[in-house]
Amino acid sequence: MEKYAVYVPRLVKKKDNFAPGHRACIGCGEALAVRMAFKAVGNNVIAVSATGCMEIVASQLPFTSWHLPWIHTLFENTAAVASGIEAGYKAMKRKGVPLPDNTKVIAYGGDGATSDIGLQALSGAMERGHDFTYICFDNEAYMNTGIQRSSATPFGAATTTSPAGKKSTGQFSWKKNMPAIAVAHDIPYVATATHGYPFDLMEKVRKAVATPGLSYVHVLSVCPTGWRSATDTVNRQARLAVQTGMFPLYEVENGVYKMSLDLPGLRPVKDYLKMQGRFRHLSDELIAQIQARVELEYNKILEKAKDGSKRAKSKGR
Amino acid sequence: MAKSEHELTWKDLEIGCIVTDPGSARQYESGTWRSQRPTYDFKKCIKCGLCALNCPEGCIGPNKEGHFEADMFYCKGCGVCSRECPTRVITMAEEEE
Repeated sequence: MEKYAVYVPRLVKKKDNFAPGHRACIGCGEALAVRMAFKAVGNNVIAVSATGCMEIVASQLPFTSWHLPWIHTLFENTAAVASGIEAGYKAMKRKGVPLPDNTKVIAYGGDGATSDIGLQALSGAMERGHDFTYICFDNEAYMNTGIQRSSATPFGAATTTSPAGKKSTGQFSWKKNMPAIAVAHDIPYVATATHGYPFDLMEKVRKAVATPGLSYVHVLSVCPTGWRSATDTVNRQARLAVQTGMFPLYEVENGVYKMSLDLPGLRPVKDYLKMQGRFRHLSDELIAQIQARVELEYNKILEKAKDGSKRAKSKGR
Repeated sequence: MAKSEHELTWKDLEIGCIVTDPGSARQYESGTWRSQRPTYDFKKCIKCGLCALNCPEGCIGPNKEGHFEADMFYCKGCGVCSRECPTRVITMAEEEE
């Protein structure tokens, strides 16, 4: 397996659709995740970008990092604009405008654009069943405006609007379970991925784009600036998030859960938390609380995945 | 866009601020942000390309001998490649000057 991981990168497409020279912070995990995600799809793609880090760093007027047709939208209407592009494209095809076949629309946004501000438009698009892919690059706060908390910020994380101090222990609420909300809309494909497992991420994005109907991919992307961690450990942190159970990797095809990694056991969450400055104020009690919650959530998904594999088997017969 | 960043004025903008030149950010030298630089011991390099895959900048590519090396024009010196390299070819050194 080790050798496989060393050999396979050579088979990955060399050309990027996301050019260097972008203004992302040093060691940006989100730029890495965007690069990987758009490596997995071809050139026949229209990208729709919500406001956020990846819009700011990639499109400093009059320059752009993109080699794809790319449109910037607001926080709240990313999914609506993507729906419009998809519907408009179909209508133009119907009227006989010579356009390439099989053009895919990919909308992407940060966690704020997805789980806070853009949720309503995304929910509407999911309900209407448009044929595009939505990718959420989740760096667990509003990093681009200066690390404000979002609903995707995990419990205990210190941000500028949930500071840690004498009377506060950082973020007071638990991370919003955005993939579960997507699953509840009964869309054909939902997956979680992270740039710590690049081939897994690329495979999931490829699958999501190939699936007809709206598919949702939630990508955890480490932000060394906002998470107060070393720049060279972004991939290590992403892998630890998976191995500790903080961010389980799974995919849901038509309601059937499937775990992507077969972990023998979870590592203690402390391994993950101690790498990041935003968690350094946490007491052992709070860490125990987080550990209990992580295990509970992880076991819930494991249980669903077990049911899922049973159902998939019975369907096969 | 043939003009550099400093020569551009508002008159060069398209209507609706449409950018007509794909990937034009390539002319921006993000390498000036660097405080550490990668140094290579190519004897150990197995040319796997893991560093190229894991570079947030996307600035690593094979050189003439096929060894993977970062383009110093863009490299911001994050050190992800040095961590990901399975044979530890890359070590980060302090940027001089």
